[in-house]
Amino acid sequence: MWNGFWRYRYLLWNLVSRDFKLKYRRSFLGVVWSVLNPLLMCLVYWAVFSSLMDMRGSGIDNFAVFLMCGQLLFNFFNEATATGMSSVLSAAPLLKKVYIPKYIFPLEKCCFAMVNCVFSFVALLLVMIFTGAPFHLTLIEAVYPLVTLFFFSLGVGLFLAAATVFFRDIMHIWSVFITALLYFSAIFYDPTQMTFSIGGFNMQQIIKLNPMYWYITGFRRTVMWGIPLDFNMFAVCGGCALLSMVVGVWVFRKTQDRFVLHI
Amino acid sequence: MEPIIKVDNVSMCFNLSTEKHESLKEYFLAMVQGRLQYDEFYALKNVSLDIMPGDFYGLVGLNGSGKSTLLKTIAGVYKPSKGKVTVKGTIAPLIELGAGFDMDLTARENIYLNGTVLGFSPKYLDEKFDEIVEFSELQNFLDVPLKNYSSGMVARIGFAIATITKPDILIADEVLSVGDFLFQQKCEKRMQELMAGGTTVILVSHSIEQIERMCSKVAWLSHGHLKMNGDTQTVCNAYKAVQRGEA
Repeated sequence: MWNGFWRYRYLLWNLVSRDFKLKYRRSFLGVVWSVLNPLLMCLVYWAVFSSLMDMRGSGIDNFAVFLMCGQLLFNFFNEATATGMSSVLSAAPLLKKVYIPKYIFPLEKCCFAMVNCVFSFVALLLVMIFTGAPFHLTLIEAVYPLVTLFFFSLGVGLFLAAATVFFRDIMHIWSVFITALLYFSAIFYDPTQMTFSIGGFNMQQIIKLNPMYWYITGFRRTVMWGIPLDFNMFAVCGGCALLSMVVGVWVFRKTQDRFVLHI
Repeated sequence: MEPIIKVDNVSMCFNLSTEKHESLKEYFLAMVQGRLQYDEFYALKNVSLDIMPGDFYGLVGLNGSGKSTLLKTIAGVYKPSKGKVTVKGTIAPLIELGAGFDMDLTARENIYLNGTVLGFSPKYLDEKFDEIVEFSELQNFLDVPLKNYSSGMVARIGFAIATITKPDILIADEVLSVGDFLFQQKCEKRMQELMAGGTTVILVSHSIEQIERMCSKVAWLSHGHLKMNGDTQTVCNAYKAVQRGEA
């Protein structure tokens, strides 16, 4: 497996750069969009949530940065899984003609999402400077939630890619699921302020069942609040990533020989 | 001598489900009602074939006789339903046109993309870039997206990339039929050069003259069975006799 990967590392690199080139081909600003887009998005959300829906009084300091942290991670997860899901299907012309390790396509989409995520990170730093947010040393620790989220998303992406080959329905369900997850990931609100309960379960407890909550909170702690990651954070972020990879890789390996008959 | 490609009793079975269940609901409904049945179709049935290093093997047969399926099992695209394919060495597959090309990218970018699909390093491609361009004769179109190319031009680039290195095995499936006659001659020449250097070539062609001219051995597939296999003249004569008989 490793040998195969090493041989195809240039292909991985080329596929990522292909996606990057095609994304900005014929656009006037080109790569600038990578940073500009998250900035503008942030502006929109910030305008909506701080004026229209009036959440300013909800006690979140520097709401713009708070929002962007959540957005950054969630967009990465969304992009990596959604594009990874259809990656095997859209590589059909290639897979039907030459032998290539098939996992390279979900992996490539995950890497490409990470590239975009790094650009968004630059945008985030710009907003932090602009809003006068303090910089903490723990910023370095933000790498941990990002890297574990990468593997978490990769596992999910592998699973989805394999499942979608056999059942195209998954694509439609997933976009609904992602929207639901968006509102359960504590992006626009601070979960510690949630005091109500649903069906006898405290809202705070329910949200903790969502892995995205942990990644986003871990990221915010290190970037915004200067709190180092504690043992729980390390364990949950790493554990979710490991579990997702084990399941994703297992399903993918189990089914990959039959892909070519269904795409 | 050990065979470089050993096709051992290979069967390739496709499920021609009368209706393809592409949604979960349909699938489970069909499963519950016990309607999950497939028409099994054997594209290859118990095919065994040993190809020796240095052979120039031709594959003949009518449309749908399993030639491309056999090539794809050898290239590792399909995993055989039964049996085993053992390949020793690197394969340069030229199966159909434009494998590994992205039509939105330019020819220049595609040379690198396709080259890495075949497992070459960018550095190696840098060195060989001029040679590829020269062979495909597309100097003036290097920065044009491939979607604006004609199929002959795409075939030229594909052939040029696949044959810059000296692969152990070259698989060519009808790729030459789209080029003009000058380019076909050029490709034949290149294939013979590779063969002289020890490359094993497997060629599928509907042009029996081309097979007779180039191949040292021929295998004849008919309805997924290996009907005949041996030296070129014997197999080609038998094949032509049947064709005339049927006509």
